[in-house]
Amino acid sequence: MDMAVKASDISAASPQARTQRRNDFLFRGATLFFALLVLTLLGGVIISLIHGALPALKAFGFGFVGTEIWNPVTEKFGALAPIYGTLVTSAIAMLVGVPVSFGIAIFLTELCPAWAKRPIGIAVELLAGIPSIIYGIWGLFVFAPFLQRTVQPFLINTLGTVPGIGVWFKGPPYGIGVLTAGLILAIMILPFITSITRDVFETMPAMLRESAYGLGATTWEVVRDITIPYTRVGLVGGVMLGLGRALGETMAVTFVIGNSHHIASSLLAPGTTISAAIANEFTEAVGETYTSSLIALGLVLFVITFIVLALAKLMLVRMNRKAGT
Amino acid sequence: MAVTDTSPPGTNFAMGRYKRRKVSNTITMGLAIGAAAFGLLWLVWILAVLLINGLSAISVSLFTQMTPPPGSAGGLLNAIFGSLVMTVLGMAIGTPIGIMAGTYLAEYGKGTKLAEVTRFINDILLSAPSIIVGLFIYTIVVVPMGHFSAWAGCISLAVLVIPVVVRTTEDMLNLVPGSLREAAAALGAPRWKVIVQVTYRAARSGIMTGVLLAVARISGETAPLLFTALNNQFWSVNMNAPMANLPVTIFQFALSPYEDWQRLAWGGSLIITVAILALNVGARMLASIGTKKGQ
Repeated sequence: MDMAVKASDISAASPQARTQRRNDFLFRGATLFFALLVLTLLGGVIISLIHGALPALKAFGFGFVGTEIWNPVTEKFGALAPIYGTLVTSAIAMLVGVPVSFGIAIFLTELCPAWAKRPIGIAVELLAGIPSIIYGIWGLFVFAPFLQRTVQPFLINTLGTVPGIGVWFKGPPYGIGVLTAGLILAIMILPFITSITRDVFETMPAMLRESAYGLGATTWEVVRDITIPYTRVGLVGGVMLGLGRALGETMAVTFVIGNSHHIASSLLAPGTTISAAIANEFTEAVGETYTSSLIALGLVLFVITFIVLALAKLMLVRMNRKAGT
Repeated sequence: MAVTDTSPPGTNFAMGRYKRRKVSNTITMGLAIGAAAFGLLWLVWILAVLLINGLSAISVSLFTQMTPPPGSAGGLLNAIFGSLVMTVLGMAIGTPIGIMAGTYLAEYGKGTKLAEVTRFINDILLSAPSIIVGLFIYTIVVVPMGHFSAWAGCISLAVLVIPVVVRTTEDMLNLVPGSLREAAAALGAPRWKVIVQVTYRAARSGIMTGVLLAVARISGETAPLLFTALNNQFWSVNMNAPMANLPVTIFQFALSPYEDWQRLAWGGSLIITVAILALNVGARMLASIGTKKGQ
């Protein structure tokens, strides 16, 4: 005789199994719901920004991103100065921050004695945890006056007299300005890029490195010819994550940039960035056009950072796939 | 003399090259050490300045009195209270959402297109500029309500919490060995029970670490509060009105021309930094306890 019992028989017969199946369905549905909520969050951000920016975009069209004028009195707004400031401060931050971060990461993976590795690594990560407003208040009260007294007069007297690049270092030393903001951003992205770079370096199989050392390569040759080529994609991804952070950083920049909607040729002059303009002016903005122009600035920032971050993510994913195989 | 004569041709060249390699190695490694020293220099400088200026501002009245009008003595009590309230409520909203979404990604969605896209979007949200989140909450909460409010501040903080918690929850659940789940399932436990009573428990310290890191992240956030919770000069427990908070108070007081306000800003900065460093260290210790237990 056939004693085999099918699973469906049990579940149909037992009310307990039915409850469990319902609970399972509910729990799965709940987790799915919140996962979809995360998805819609980003969609919501995009839609709300576009909606908020529409009046400004209607009024100024695509000329919005190409004009420098920013006049709340006549209600004429253009985003060129903040966009320029965002790009220039981020460029300074990357120029200074990336080589130093790579240096620290090389030090941590290749040179650092084992006992100091952990403390220094932790110190770097704690530096990443300090909120940007602390960098801002330090920048305003300590770093900017320091630059004004020492570094900026030096730059004006040396590089300022060089034809060509001299225009970048002309004018009075204000202390606050585009260069100061860029340097503070560099300090802020240091720990960030360093910890990603170090993690990426550590994905490289030890065998490769050891074989190179075995052939008599120096430390620098191992780093230059083995580590960096092997981890190239991950490094670029890490640098771009740092760039994404520099582009959107708000508070540290707001303190020291000077908030001037005028594109000066000198890096020592005050300027503004997208995020600083929003932070400084949003609560004081009167009238629909003004508020809407600031939201449009936010939209521009979001589009720029989205592209940078998406590229960074894709590169890091590619890197991990390679490490996985 | 004879030594140079007997050396085969090319050795001198090779020795020169060897020396050059040595020199370039010394230079670049020196630069790497210099970079590390340079990086630590900033950490020391910033923390030293913060300690010197902050400690001179710390007093009992800082924790017992309200933010003063310029020119008179006062403290930061209302700002500290507001920050605590908004951080706690922001966590209360964001954490469950983050854990549930992370659970979907790790337990149900594995390998599906939906999970892949959600993970990607979540990573973008994780590093999206926080001021954008402020603008988002402004348009969907502040504008319909017609005024700034503490609720809007909580929600914008919650939006910042979610991606952090999603990410760590997913990572930690993925670390739980599949054999644990299979053992529970073989005993007849339904899927939800396996997740809630077995995998969550195994990943508990990891998930808690993520939650602590999320608290650390939002407790210093200024940009998303600027135009959601705004700020308040006075004591307020009304969630529908602007509420004082430490970061925005620091921002306004530091940029003011009044010396006693600037001192309060330094005191507030020290409080925030100490709190965040403590949270980071706590999260790190929790994580190391978790890995030790797992071994």
